[in-house]
Amino acid sequence: MVHVDIVSESIQVEKVQSLVEGHKNGGIVHFVGTVRNQTNGEPVKYLDFECYEPMAIKEMRKIGEAAINKFQVTAIALIHRVGKAELGETVVAIAASSPHRKNAFLACEFAIDTLKETVPIWKKEVFENGYHWVSAHP
Amino acid sequence: MTIKIVAFGIAKEIIGMSEMELEMATASSTIGELRKNLEHDFPAFTSLASLKFAVKESYQSEAFELNNGDEVVILPPVSGG
Repeated sequence: MVHVDIVSESIQVEKVQSLVEGHKNGGIVHFVGTVRNQTNGEPVKYLDFECYEPMAIKEMRKIGEAAINKFQVTAIALIHRVGKAELGETVVAIAASSPHRKNAFLACEFAIDTLKETVPIWKKEVFENGYHWVSAHP
Repeated sequence: MTIKIVAFGIAKEIIGMSEMELEMATASSTIGELRKNLEHDFPAFTSLASLKFAVKESYQSEAFELNNGDEVVILPPVSGG
């Protein structure tokens, strides 16, 4: 079972967990991405995410399906925040459930690594004096 | 042939708007040719780490044949998570 969503309000990790729960499972692994307060020593004020939503949903679903095929997890959920996010807030949450823990760890790592490469979401880091689009330039 | 361009993130800033119509000189064209046109009109695109394109909500290769009226989404390097 794959659950994906793009949301503009704060992400509740317990709700993401509830999407993947079930008695088949012996473990649930989460990855939770939060807003860090600095980049290369420069204080970050907040993040602002843009998203091409219909394609992002499709790409996130593909990742979930690939994770189930590769790692035989029972269920996986991928939720990403868009818009403005303050320091410490959750911007991405992934949960994978599995009869045994190892595959759930592997599925979570695969999902966040692939999300960062393929899902059309763009992160703007805003500093005291300006901003930049993360990863835009080599 | 007219192509509708939709841009996100830094690509939106480079073209100065989120959507525009682009007139292609030829009756048929590929994503690769569209890329050359864009890089010619907006040289800042050549400084990006990558530039990808989507049609119908899926990544498309340079060889993808465009049709009149197609909507092409410009995807600068993604940075979710």
